[in-house]
Amino acid sequence: MISISHLRKAHGSKIAVDDVSFEVAEGEVLGVLGPNGAGKTTTVECVAGLRVPDAGTVRVAGLDPLVDRDALTRLLGVQLQESRLQPKITVGEALRLWSALYDDPVPWGGLLERLDLVDKADTTFRDLSGGQQQRLSIALALIGRPRAVILDELSTGLDPRARREVWQIVRDLRADGVTVLLVTHSMEEAQQLCDRIAIIDAGRVRALDTPDALIAGAAAATVTSFTADDAVDLEALRAMPSVSAVRADNGRIVVEGRDGAALAVLEGLRRQNVVPAALRVVDGTLDTAYLQLTGPSTPEESRA
Amino acid sequence: MSPTATTSPTAAVVRTEATLFARELGSLFWILLFPTLLLVVIGLVPDFQEPNASLGGQRIIDLYASVVVVLAMIMAAIMAMPPVIAGYRESGVLRRLRTTPMHPAALLGAQIGLHAVAVLASVVLALGTARVVHDVRLPGHLGWYALALLLATASAFSVGAVITAVSSSTRVVQTVGTIVFFPMMFTSGVWMPVQTMEGWLRVTVVSTPLGAASEALNDALQGIRPEVVDLVVMGGWTVALSLVAIRLFRWE
Repeated sequence: MISISHLRKAHGSKIAVDDVSFEVAEGEVLGVLGPNGAGKTTTVECVAGLRVPDAGTVRVAGLDPLVDRDALTRLLGVQLQESRLQPKITVGEALRLWSALYDDPVPWGGLLERLDLVDKADTTFRDLSGGQQQRLSIALALIGRPRAVILDELSTGLDPRARREVWQIVRDLRADGVTVLLVTHSMEEAQQLCDRIAIIDAGRVRALDTPDALIAGAAAATVTSFTADDAVDLEALRAMPSVSAVRADNGRIVVEGRDGAALAVLEGLRRQNVVPAALRVVDGTLDTAYLQLTGPSTPEESRA
Repeated sequence: MSPTATTSPTAAVVRTEATLFARELGSLFWILLFPTLLLVVIGLVPDFQEPNASLGGQRIIDLYASVVVVLAMIMAAIMAMPPVIAGYRESGVLRRLRTTPMHPAALLGAQIGLHAVAVLASVVLALGTARVVHDVRLPGHLGWYALALLLATASAFSVGAVITAVSSSTRVVQTVGTIVFFPMMFTSGVWMPVQTMEGWLRVTVVSTPLGAASEALNDALQGIRPEVVDLVVMGGWTVALSLVAIRLFRWE
């Protein structure tokens, strides 16, 4: 549905996007994750036809965003980061205006309800809270029944309840077969919503996989923690090939490692004749995978 | 909620912007009412009611009927509109519209059109009031008056367009607008009608778009054909400034 190939874009002397390629399949929710300035927004702006790439190609349903602008705008809904409306436009007026721009708009009464803005229909944009402005912006992106949607910083500024609500909207979009390109800072959001995640750093795609696969591939796919009455030889644990980090944390010993590290740790403790108490083994999070892939210097060496 | 579904996109943009314009009470006051109020007050000066031989028998108040018309243009094109457009650019409204089937140029067109309509309404109000209150004659030659009005409005908006295009932010637009505002007021004759100026000052002022506008409007008001040079000055500035504005304007 969306295909980006060797995209490159510089702002002056600063290279925002160096070499980005990925495909978003029809009906897929693809998350774009990365630190500030990684090139996420520039990438999606090229997809939306707002920027002219220096090199590479972008296609949305086979359309070139720069050439087929008219056709593109009819099938792609866009919610931009930090994009505001006329300060004195009311919610109702904005929705009515946007409805008039499309041939077959969604009846916006339902959108207001889903985005919990019904009692704000007569409120002007500047009097809305940040979260309400954000939800209105999402409503406008969906009003033209798009086949694909770009959501940039979807849940920034939303309280936890509103965040759950917009997440539900993304899930509904997915259920309706709408393709979603989701730019986010939030690991939790990416993990919750995305079929696949592209981690972008310094203008390049560092990893592109399902959330589970990214976590499993990380050096901290599992986190094993326990307490012990006897002294534990931490160096011996640290020396194990599947273990990436060992630390003592408030009386608990925490061991991070790849898949299967937990069994190796238990085996190691048995050899030391230590009986672990309050043993917990949990999945690692996307955070560790992310930090590993986007660190200042990719820390491949931390397994000393 | 569906009767609007049939509205054409352009009509919807114009209607929305008209609603928003109607909420800008400050702009509406300065464009619609202030020129007429100024004209009424100036006419209260007894000397300004006296026919003046050096002005070909016109009174000062007669001259001001054209000055306040140009003033309405300055208020609309230079003070009111540029901050609106710059605000739309700065806050991403224009960018956002670029992702819809509507081209954001429609929004700019709507803004220019609405401000121009406000100028026209202000002109009607000012001339009508001047006729009733101060016995200023209505335009003697409506065709020439309309042409002078059109060219004058176009040149004023082209100045506003350049201000918007060269300024990077709303704040800069307001600063530049205020800086340009005073020379514009002067050349339009607010402090001293163009017809009372002499020598190099007059030559300089009538070569500016709004100085020429005051001259041409006053001629047409008296029922005589405006001088071609005044029309050419306004037309020339409009073309030149519009090209500069179009070249420099950025959508974001």
